[in-house]
Amino acid sequence: MDIESANREAVTRMIEARPVLIGMGKARAVIPGMKDNLLLHAGPPITWERASGPLRGAMIGALIFEGRARDEISARALIERGEIEFDSCHHHGAVGPMAGVISPSMQVYIIENKTHNNRAYSNLNEGYGKVLRYGAFSDEVLARLRWMNDVMAPLLADAITASDGIDLKALIAEALHMGDEGHNRLKAGSILFLRALAPHLAKSAHNNSDLAEVLKFMGDTALTSLNPVMAGCKAMADAAHNIADSTIVTTMARNGTDFGIRVSGLGNRWFTARADIPRGLYFPGFNADDANRDIGDSTITETVGIGGFAMANAPAIVTFVSGKPKDALNATLEMYEITCAEHKYFTIPYLDFRGTPVGIDIRKVVEKQITPRVNTGIAHKNAGVGQIGAGLVRPPAQVFEDALVAFASGMRD
Amino acid sequence: MRHSEKATMTLTIQVRRGTYYDSVVLMQLQRALLALPGVRDAGVVMGTPANFDLLRQSNLLIDPPRDARAEDLIIALRADSDASAEAALAQIDALLARRSTPTDSEYRPRSIESAARMSPNATWVLVSTPGRYAARVARDALDLAKNVFLFSDNVPLDQEIVLKQIAAQKGLLVMGPDCGTAIISGAALGFANRVRRGNIGIVGAAGTGIQTVAARIHNLGGGISHALGTGSRDLSDAVGAITARQSLALLARDPATDVIVLISKPPSPAIAEMLLRAARAIAKPVVIDFIGYVPEKNRDDNLFFARTLSDAAELAIECVPSFPSVPLFPGTEMKEQREIRKLSGYFRALYSGGTLAYEAQLILRDYLDTIYSNAPLLTTNQLPLTSVSQAHTILDLGADEFTVGRLHPMLDNDLRIRRLHQEARDPEVAIILLDVVLGFGAHPDPARELAPAIADARATRSIEIVAVVIGTDDDPQNASAQIAQLQNAGARVFTDHAAAVRAVGEMIGKKSERIEKIERLEIRDSEIVALIIAPNISLDTPFAAINVGLESFYESLKQQNQDAVHVDWQPPAGGNEKMIALLEKLKRNL
Repeated sequence: MDIESANREAVTRMIEARPVLIGMGKARAVIPGMKDNLLLHAGPPITWERASGPLRGAMIGALIFEGRARDEISARALIERGEIEFDSCHHHGAVGPMAGVISPSMQVYIIENKTHNNRAYSNLNEGYGKVLRYGAFSDEVLARLRWMNDVMAPLLADAITASDGIDLKALIAEALHMGDEGHNRLKAGSILFLRALAPHLAKSAHNNSDLAEVLKFMGDTALTSLNPVMAGCKAMADAAHNIADSTIVTTMARNGTDFGIRVSGLGNRWFTARADIPRGLYFPGFNADDANRDIGDSTITETVGIGGFAMANAPAIVTFVSGKPKDALNATLEMYEITCAEHKYFTIPYLDFRGTPVGIDIRKVVEKQITPRVNTGIAHKNAGVGQIGAGLVRPPAQVFEDALVAFASGMRD
Repeated sequence: MRHSEKATMTLTIQVRRGTYYDSVVLMQLQRALLALPGVRDAGVVMGTPANFDLLRQSNLLIDPPRDARAEDLIIALRADSDASAEAALAQIDALLARRSTPTDSEYRPRSIESAARMSPNATWVLVSTPGRYAARVARDALDLAKNVFLFSDNVPLDQEIVLKQIAAQKGLLVMGPDCGTAIISGAALGFANRVRRGNIGIVGAAGTGIQTVAARIHNLGGGISHALGTGSRDLSDAVGAITARQSLALLARDPATDVIVLISKPPSPAIAEMLLRAARAIAKPVVIDFIGYVPEKNRDDNLFFARTLSDAAELAIECVPSFPSVPLFPGTEMKEQREIRKLSGYFRALYSGGTLAYEAQLILRDYLDTIYSNAPLLTTNQLPLTSVSQAHTILDLGADEFTVGRLHPMLDNDLRIRRLHQEARDPEVAIILLDVVLGFGAHPDPARELAPAIADARATRSIEIVAVVIGTDDDPQNASAQIAQLQNAGARVFTDHAAAVRAVGEMIGKKSERIEKIERLEIRDSEIVALIIAPNISLDTPFAAINVGLESFYESLKQQNQDAVHVDWQPPAGGNEKMIALLEKLKRNL
C-alpha cells in the first residue's frame, strides 16, 4: 500500500473505533500477559536503574500493596534481587496516568472497541494529593488503594454491568462541547461519567454508606473519568496500529525519564529520547527545579486527537498555554499542520464544528519541525510529593526523526 | 578613520550554524545592533564569499572565518571595546526573539496547505523563500492549483523548466523565478508601483523594466490592466518562453487590455521570432522593447518597436486612442533640462534595478568606449573585483552576488550608501548615478537615507550626483516628495531613465555616430500562427493570495487592502539535508 492510503486506513480506524467501558476485573485475570511478578508502568520500557523518583516510588508502593514487600527497604531488595519484572503498559493494551503502575491484583477498567473488537485497560483514579501515581506509598495511600480495590471496584463492576456499558466515545464528544479537552480538563467528562453510573451504583449498592462514599470519592475528583477516557483512547490508537506503510503515530508515552513513540507501520519498535520538563504553572511553593521529567501515558489522548490537540475546546484552562483564548485556538490550529485528518466525531464549536486534528504524521512533524503539543500534569521529582503544577510539553523532535529514518530504511528504493 | 581611533577599535565575529532568518530580520538585527552603546558598525549577513567581501570593504572583517558556509549566519561587529562587543553579542538572542509570534495574535499557518484552508479563494501564491527551497514551495502551490509569483532567485534552471511545464499542463502560470514585479488586477506584487488601472497590459522578463514602463505610463496619464513578470530566464532557449507566451495569451483575451507592452533583454533569434509571431497573431497593438535590439523598422503591422523603456511607455500611450496629455511632475521635471556642463573624470553608477543597469550600458555605448560592470554587455568588460570600481563602472547591486542572504538594495540602502561614500572618495570620479526605485516592497523612504549621503559626498568636493526616480505620486513614498529631498541634497534628478543616462553621456563623453548593427527578424505572414498555451486562469476574478517568505510582501498586500494570508515558512526539517532527502524519498513513494 502507498503511504497515503495506509495513513488513511490507519486514521479511519482510529476515528471509527468505538470504545465502550464494559466491566472491571483484576489485572492478573484480564490483562493479557499479566503475571504475578510483573509490574506494568507508563511510557516506553525502562529499567529500575534509569527510573525516576515518582516511578520508583509507585513501584515500591505497588509491591507493598501486593503484599510482596513489607516496606520500602524490602521492596527495593526484592527489585534489586531481580525478582520483579517490569514492562510497558502498552505491551499489554494498558495505559496509566503519571507513573501508570498497574500490579497484578489491582482492579482495572475493561474497555472494548466495538468496531474492531480490541480491548484496552486502565487502573482506577485515586484523586488528588499524595497518591501512588505520583510515587507516594504512605499507609494513607495504601489504605485508599485497598478501599478502592475492595469496596469501590466491585460496586463499579456491578454498576457497569447493569448499565450495559458506557460509550466513552460519545462521552468524550459531549465533554469536548462542555469545555473539556480530555487530558488536563475532565470536569465535564467526569460529571457525565458519574451521571451515567449513579443510578446503577445506587441499584447495585448493598448499603448507603458505601454508596455515599463511592459517589463522594468519584464526585470529588474531576479526574475520575481520566483513566477510562485514556483506556478508551488506547483502544482507538491500538485499532490504528500495525498498518503496513503507515507513518501515523499510534503511541506517545513517557516514563519520567524517556519520551517514546510508536508508529503504525513500524510495529512494536519504540523511538525514545530524554523527556523534557514541562513548562507551565506551578502550585504555590514549587517551581521548575522541583519538576520531574515528563511522565505518564496520558499523551494517548493527544495521540488520538484530543488533549492538547483539542485546546480550542477548553478556553477555561488556557492559562496553561499563555492566558489568551486566541492562543488556545492557535494551539489547535497548529496541530492541523502535522495531522492527516480531522475527527469525524470530536468537533470544535468555536471552529465552526471542525473536527479535532487527528493522526500525527511523522513526515509532517519532521518537515515542519512542529512537534505535538501535550497538555500535562507536572510531577514532583521526588517520590510521593505529588502533583506540583500543570502545563505544556512537547516530545523531543529526535524521536520523530529516528522513526522517519527507520521508516525510510525499510522502504524499497 | 583616524589611526588612533582605529587602534582602540575591536573587531568581533560570530558564526551561527544552520540558522535561517529572512533578510528583513537580518537587516532589523543589524540596525538594532548599531543602536547599542559602543557599537560603531555591524554587519549581519549569510556567510557567502560576496558577503565576506562586503564585510571586508566595510572594515568589519580581516579574514573570513574558516569553514564558514553559505547557510551560516555571520554577525560582525566593530566596537569601541571588547566589553561593548560582548555586551552587544549577548543581546542578539533577545533581539531575534522579538520576532517570535506574540500571543493573542491571529494564527499564522505554517504551510500553503493550511493557508489555502484559511483562504480558499486565494488563486495566487507569492514565493520568496531562499532559492534552494523555492521550487518545492512553488510545486506545492501548483499541486493545490494555485498560480505562482516566484520572487526567489537562485532557483536551478532544470527546476524552473519542470515547474513551468507542470504549470502549463495544469493551465496555471508561474511568474519567475527571479520575478521581481507584477500587477494583477490592481494588486502590486513584490516590488511594484501603485499605478492607476487602465488598458495597457505589460509582459516583462525584467522587474525594474516593468516598473519603469508602468510608472512612466502612469505619470503620462495612462493606466495598467495587468503587468505579468516572466522571470529573467523565461526567454532563454532552454525554457522556451513558456510564461511569456502564456502571458501574451492571457492579455490577448483579457477584455480590460487594449494595448500590450512586451519587455525583455534580447532573446535568441529563435525565441524572438516565436514571440513576434505570437504577438502578430494578437488583434491588439503590441509594443516591443527587446532592450538593445535595434529593429529594421519601427512598426510592423500591429507591432511597434521601442528603443528604450521610456520610449516603450510613450509608444503604448500613443496606441491608446484619444489619449489626453498630462504634465509630468510639474515643477520638478523642468530641472532635468538644466544645462549640461562637460566634466572630466570617471562615471560610476550604483543601480538597484538590473534592467536599468543594462539599459544604461546600452545607451552609453554611444558615448563611452569602455564601461566595466559586474553584469557587462561584453565579458571583456567584466569588473575583476566587484568590490572595487575601475574607470567607468556600472554596478548592478541587485545582482545575485550582492543579494545572497542579504537584503535587496531597493529595501536596504546600507550597501549603496557605503558604496556611494567609497566612490565619492575616489578623486578620479566626476559623476555618480543612482536609481531610486519606489513602490510597494521598496524602502519606505529611501530619500531620507540617500539624501544625507548625497549631501555628504558633495560637501567634500565638487561631484555631480544624478538620481533617477522610478515611481509615482500614488506610491507609498510619494515620488514628488522623494524628488524634492534628493534635489535639496544637490542631486540632479530625472524621472526618465533614458534621458538621465543620455545627460550623463553628454557630460562625460561624446556622442559617436555609431553604425547600428541591424539584426533582421523576418516574419513571413504565412507563418503567423498562434503559438500560445492559454492558461485556464482568469485575470478578472478578485485578487487573493498566499504569501510564503518575505513578510514585507504580505504587509504591502494588506496595505493595498488586498486579500492575503501569510505563511510562517521555515526550511523543511530545519534545513537538515539528510531529513530533507528522506522526506523526498517518502514523497516519491506516493
